[in-house]
Amino acid sequence: MPDLSTDTGGIRSPNPFWLASAPPTNSGGQVQRAFEAGWGGVVWKTLGTPIRNVSSRFGGHVIGGVRGAGFNNIELITDRPLEANYREIAETKRLFPDRAMVVSLMFETREEWREHIARSIDAGADGLELNFGCPHGMCERGMGSAVGQEPAVNERITSWAVEFSTVPVLVKLTPNVSDIVPHGLAARRGGAHGVSLINTIKSLIGVDIDRFVPEPRVGGASTNGGYCGAAVKPIALHMVAALAREPEFGLPISGIGGVTNWRDAVEFILLGSSSVQVCTEVMLRGFDIVEDMIDGLDEYMRTHGFARISEMVGKAVPNFREWGELDLNYETVAKIDADKCIGCQVCVAACHDGAHQCIHPQEGTRVPRVDETECVGCNLCKIVCPVEDCISMAPVEHGVAPASWNEFVADPETHPLRPKKGSHG
Amino acid sequence: MSRPISESRSETAFGDFKLPLAPGEAVAEAERCLFCHDAPCIAACPTAIDIPQFIRKIATGNLHGSARTIFESNILGMSCARVCPVEVLCVGDCVYNHLDQPPIAIGRLQRHATDEAFAQGWTYFSAGPDSGRRVALIGGGPASLAAAHRLRRCGHACTIFEARPSLGGLNTTGVAPYKMRADRAADEIDWVLAIGGIEVRTGVRVGEAVSLSDLERDFDAVFVGVGLGADSPLGIPGEDLENVCGATAWIEQMKIGRVDLAGVERAVVVGGGNTAIDCVREALGLGIPRVIMAYRGDRARMSGYAHEWDAALAEGALAEWRAIPIAYEGSGRVRKVRCIRLDEARRPIAGSEFELEADLVLVAIGQSKLAAMLAGLEGIQVEGGRVAVDAEGFAGRTKWYAGGDCVNGGKEVVNAVAEGDRAAKAIDAMLRGAAKGSPHA
Repeated sequence: MPDLSTDTGGIRSPNPFWLASAPPTNSGGQVQRAFEAGWGGVVWKTLGTPIRNVSSRFGGHVIGGVRGAGFNNIELITDRPLEANYREIAETKRLFPDRAMVVSLMFETREEWREHIARSIDAGADGLELNFGCPHGMCERGMGSAVGQEPAVNERITSWAVEFSTVPVLVKLTPNVSDIVPHGLAARRGGAHGVSLINTIKSLIGVDIDRFVPEPRVGGASTNGGYCGAAVKPIALHMVAALAREPEFGLPISGIGGVTNWRDAVEFILLGSSSVQVCTEVMLRGFDIVEDMIDGLDEYMRTHGFARISEMVGKAVPNFREWGELDLNYETVAKIDADKCIGCQVCVAACHDGAHQCIHPQEGTRVPRVDETECVGCNLCKIVCPVEDCISMAPVEHGVAPASWNEFVADPETHPLRPKKGSHG
Repeated sequence: MSRPISESRSETAFGDFKLPLAPGEAVAEAERCLFCHDAPCIAACPTAIDIPQFIRKIATGNLHGSARTIFESNILGMSCARVCPVEVLCVGDCVYNHLDQPPIAIGRLQRHATDEAFAQGWTYFSAGPDSGRRVALIGGGPASLAAAHRLRRCGHACTIFEARPSLGGLNTTGVAPYKMRADRAADEIDWVLAIGGIEVRTGVRVGEAVSLSDLERDFDAVFVGVGLGADSPLGIPGEDLENVCGATAWIEQMKIGRVDLAGVERAVVVGGGNTAIDCVREALGLGIPRVIMAYRGDRARMSGYAHEWDAALAEGALAEWRAIPIAYEGSGRVRKVRCIRLDEARRPIAGSEFELEADLVLVAIGQSKLAAMLAGLEGIQVEGGRVAVDAEGFAGRTKWYAGGDCVNGGKEVVNAVAEGDRAAKAIDAMLRGAAKGSPHA
């Protein structure tokens, strides 16, 4: 039976599924119910100097009828008394000693950091997460992403936290930067034991087109919020992988961003995450989704022969390359399984209007024909096809040895490229 | 226009067989549509409504545009959404039938959009600039209504001659009430006529008060959409007994007036087409406990749709296959139907006679053809009682076009609309230039 327990920079949990620092971890009652449901850890909603919140706070991005496929919020850190938070953290840790209790913190002065790191550890924190990511509200006051976007400030505050802390320190990174790597390296220089990413993406979730006011609406106005939910996963995966493959980085990662189920979690783990954090899907469906996450991961590990999470971590990282390293001579063409095709010809429209004009209707049948002499193997038809496994991308044997752009540019004689296709020339 | 539709008519006993979609349900269903390229559902629609486009507009909350897409191709799209046999048309050709998912509920989505258009009072079309041309339309059913509306958009003046007291044809008086009631059809006629410039002359039988030659003389074109005539009888003893009724006559009475079912416990419906199945379901729905359909063929050969017969069976229908009445019996009022079995070749089997008890007999074996009224017009061919036309509805004599049941022998409302619309387009082309059938050619 696979062992789902994991270690993220010294923070251990019985499974890799943590709740991210967010509304679901706002109180002891919530976190205790989450632990009863099976969550392996939580990052408690960020503690800081008391704030006030607005109404409303959340916006949903409906995509193809899926509510909350994307999501954003303009809520700030905890608005509950710090004493109540510390009391409930202590009570919850006492009730669930085997779960990871990470406390998220966001303060301004060195003295504040010192005091609240001590109080968090006193309350039972197994680790700390420094909120350098919040892209709304707090950043206007010089905290959150305002810290995360400045590597020097990031490094300085991280070094304070590491100095004051007796438990592991994770730095939560903002994606609102052009390149995540310098920010991860700053956290490393500051002495962090790991990083969490991504925090939310600066966003406007939508506009009320009758009132002419962006969402979520606060009276007659709105502000930029943090985008999250299933739709952000590709951005998060890239940033996680970018750090995971950086040779100078080398810290454990807690992956965040659009994790909705065990499949997403596996992807984050394969790209270098030791644990994953979930918020939006829990906000939309509740804590009980973790049952399938645990089940699904267990079954995945069983069928793929993984005994421990650590065996999976980063398994796909070596295959995440620069474009210039990809094999330009690898060629595929689309194959349509006529027995499975239902004749919708969605692929015809997609190929003609959106790709390379190589899928054509045929007389006497609804099954389209692929012109393999023009098909560039772009994958669009396979993406739009509503039938499982009807369109496959079949490798073409042409006898030309693999060659990347970098190799070709360096030495075209030794690394020739196959003939070009799809230019209709 | 006058509406001879009684408030206390029998059809009000029926509710919708297919329920309307709730708004959220409609959007969820619309989201499922694959937006097929060169979609098979469009090809299956006689009026070629751009179905994926109107469905996409429902998904985005653009109901106004959705209904426009429907009406652009089918001005009677509201009633067709209810009365079309979608199972054998658009829905039957939805590609989801080849996948392990139910086909898109196209009819119910079309109803969703068009009902909203009616509820909101949306109108889309206005009459074209006056062309100075006049078109006569004989018959006031769906074919003529569709033709007249298209002709008005082209700017031609229209006059509809309808022998009956009101317009609508079988769409008003013949549609099964669990699909659509008569008042809904009447609302639609008012909506169509609102384009203006369509003169309606009801109670005028062409050939009597107005002659064909009058029309040919006074109008620039004539569209013939007379539909079908009276219910055909079997020609057997007892047809004059009380409660031996022609199917469409009985249905009309049920839809716009009342049918007296006092003491009716057993009904026999004669025939195996869709009108017969409608009668069976209507008789059951009105509370007649025992309803038997007597058909000369077997189930595989009946012309009624399988999905309709399945619904009838679910409602309690009974059937006598390969049976045909040879006499209705009773004193004053029918009490029994004497039948005989037929063999594979539909020949009577000697000694196979049997009786069915019946307090009501509905004879649904077809309707008489009216096309013979045109027989005197040189150039117009009447074949098997149907007016012969070309692919554009031209009837072979200058100025003359036709469509609907009198051409196709009795099909769906949607066929009549398609044929009326195509003829109107041909008439417009003819009136604008030297096209086929032009007096100016």
